[in-house]
Amino acid sequence: MEAFLHQVMAGLATGGVYASLALALVMIYHATHLVNFAQGEMAMFSTYLAWSLIDAGMPYWPAFALTVGISFVAGIVIERVVIRPVEHAPVLAVVVVFIALLVILNSVAGWIYTYTIKPFPSPFPQEMALGRFMSPHELGAIGVTLLVLVALFLFFRFTPLGLAMRAAAQNPASARLVGIRVGWMLALGWGLAAAVGAVAGMMMAPIVYLDPNMMTGILLYAFAAALLGGIDSPLGAVVGGFAVGVLENVLGSFVIGSELKRSVALVLIVGVLLIRPSGFFGKVSVTRV
Amino acid sequence: MKKREAFLLATLVVVACVLPFVVSNYRTFQLTLVLVYAIALLGLNILTGYSGQVSLGHGAFYALGAYCAAILMDKAGLPYWATLPLAGAVCLVAGFLFGLPALRLEGLYLALATFALGAAMPQLLKYHHIEKWTGGVQGIVIQKPEAPAFLTGAGLPLNSDRWLYFFTLGVALLMFALAWNLLRGRVGRALAAIRDQPVAAEAMGIDGALYKSAAFGVSAMYTGVAGALGAIAVQFVAPDSFTVFLSITLLVGIVVGGLASIPGALYGALFIQFVPNVADEISKAAPWAIFGVFMLGFIYLMPTGVAGAIRLLTAKRRSP
Amino acid sequence: MPGAPILEAKNLRAGYGRTQVLHGVDFAIEKGSITALLGANGAGKTTTLRAVCAMVKAQGEIRLDGARIDGRGTEDIVRLGVAHVPEGRGTFLDLTTEENLRLGAYVRRGRDAIERDLERVFAYFPRLRERREQQAGTLSGGEQQMLAVSRALMLAPKLMLLDEPSFGLAPLVVRELFAILREIRDREGVSMLLVEQNAAMALELADRAYLIETGRVVLEGSARELQSNDGVRRSYLGY
Repeated sequence: MEAFLHQVMAGLATGGVYASLALALVMIYHATHLVNFAQGEMAMFSTYLAWSLIDAGMPYWPAFALTVGISFVAGIVIERVVIRPVEHAPVLAVVVVFIALLVILNSVAGWIYTYTIKPFPSPFPQEMALGRFMSPHELGAIGVTLLVLVALFLFFRFTPLGLAMRAAAQNPASARLVGIRVGWMLALGWGLAAAVGAVAGMMMAPIVYLDPNMMTGILLYAFAAALLGGIDSPLGAVVGGFAVGVLENVLGSFVIGSELKRSVALVLIVGVLLIRPSGFFGKVSVTRV
Repeated sequence: MKKREAFLLATLVVVACVLPFVVSNYRTFQLTLVLVYAIALLGLNILTGYSGQVSLGHGAFYALGAYCAAILMDKAGLPYWATLPLAGAVCLVAGFLFGLPALRLEGLYLALATFALGAAMPQLLKYHHIEKWTGGVQGIVIQKPEAPAFLTGAGLPLNSDRWLYFFTLGVALLMFALAWNLLRGRVGRALAAIRDQPVAAEAMGIDGALYKSAAFGVSAMYTGVAGALGAIAVQFVAPDSFTVFLSITLLVGIVVGGLASIPGALYGALFIQFVPNVADEISKAAPWAIFGVFMLGFIYLMPTGVAGAIRLLTAKRRSP
Repeated sequence: MPGAPILEAKNLRAGYGRTQVLHGVDFAIEKGSITALLGANGAGKTTTLRAVCAMVKAQGEIRLDGARIDGRGTEDIVRLGVAHVPEGRGTFLDLTTEENLRLGAYVRRGRDAIERDLERVFAYFPRLRERREQQAGTLSGGEQQMLAVSRALMLAPKLMLLDEPSFGLAPLVVRELFAILREIRDREGVSMLLVEQNAAMALELADRAYLIETGRVVLEGSARELQSNDGVRRSYLGY
């Protein structure tokens, strides 16, 4: 029973990371109707940046903050420079641009930092441990994730800029008619997604260790979580993330064993989608013929 | 087929036949792989380009075909050429079966389901319960086929690389011809109708579900046959050769080559076979980064793929 | 006698891709007036409004309050005080009524003025106050039209462009809406350019009117003049 509880808790911790990344995916999807496949690599690169800063002597939290800030700016730049040229191209062409971004980031990270795994520090002190159920980092990761999610919720719901971003994502034409600069709203969305991704990466790194390929598996789970929750529902992405985290851990430890856990988890997710093709919280779009 | 197109095609075939005798064995091997990828890309294009169903997991069908060929050759002692129809049949059924539940999923959700398939494949192949068939992590090594005795006996300078090339070329021509026939007729139009206006297509009596599943099956079959040919050419199958990265590469191939285009499969195959080599020469340290830059370049310049760009150019030249 | 026109267009040409829709349109809207742009389907009425807002590529001169705005972006033209109520209303369906309204004031500073305008809008359209927390997509057609007009008002605009405001609405609702539009013009002094297929109702509301056929102005004059014009009566008023 104890072991089970621990796995559930650990699952919630990793689930929080999936939830953050899923939320980043949903934010960009909301604005563009596209899934940013490079989200994971962007997060990985940000984490390496933090590592460099810490390695150079900067204390953890300043490095954390600086990394989030730089990632935010980088997200904006990437949208304006890399994505903008193809904004009117066919969907799959844009997908290839995302893939190119993924590949470039992954490869450059490997080149600069090599493929040897590096440990990444956790800022949460040992005193925070919840007995045998949760390590300090797991607890801290959940806390940070929830903080980020609440902050985003408040931003989108209660600030004029957040409202403008939602409007621009839903109805770009009408948004222009009220004076919203839709292009910049998009760039801002990318900036926020990149910042959220950076946080997710820095929370995940102490658990899975830092290496250029750390995010590919996680991206898959985040994607699954976003869809499970309903691709147009931020709340769904968050719930989906936690669910996937717990599912993966519990299945992996008690049912399947790590060998097939990825396959089985994914099969389950796909199975759910067959029963509810729009995800749990997604709007079932009824199209009038 | 118009006279000009027929002439171009004939020239292409002649050039293709001459090539292995004027380039090195290694180059011939690379060209064989180009043909293999072309068949695989044609398969993916039938599903994604023509039917509008995105697959991020076609590497799984490629792997399935490859392993079929390897197992049949290694464990059942079948000759290499006999494995092709069997690998094709297995993948046809597998694709059709996967396509049935996948019908309920649209766009992104289908992409995820196929992505899951592609990502799960290496793990499945490593599964220790079926290790005695699949060879586990080490995979299976197979023998390189030799040119048939009656041809070499007749004095033709056909070493095994060249023979494999011509064999693959023959299969490729056959499969391209088949696809061309299928896609330019009623089937092609039905698929396009389902892709662009599914409701109207249903209203016109086109059984969307049947066509979509069939498209999945045929697409998987093509990619599976390509996988089998690839396995024979490389003489080796192992789980880590068939990661999700292969699926992604195939997708990049059809987009760069040109969606819903038969020649696009060839352009895409050339891209995914040779550009990584070029990238490798430019930078040993981060070749994939260079590959990514090439991808960006191609897409920025030709968002509708090479085939699309060619179409635009020839249209411009014809209308003053 | 009114001074410079609030909106003036000279030789306005516009189109979509290779299709040219407007072939040189001229008009002038007086400050504080309601002007109607009439014409059949496809005549170019909506394109004219879109050209003014730079939603479509256009050539020719467009002046707002004397200053040229052709060549400027939509977002800048909005900031100069032009509010466009688009065809189909352009409601943000997933946002609440109040969120829609506040977006109308997105480019404005001055919280107090904005709050006052919100109250004013609710005074014109009490039904919107009742539904302020409701998702805009659940509002009826008439209510969404009121919302669209209100959103435009929240800009505190100099000029309002309305594209087919009567579309899909019952005649009684249209009458109610048009009455409120006249009230808004009288009280706030907002100039309006109204595009309408429903010529009869538009001419009741407007001061002046232009008739567009296949991308050209073929008739202009006071609303009264057009109402009594034989050609207009036969083709557009049905008697």
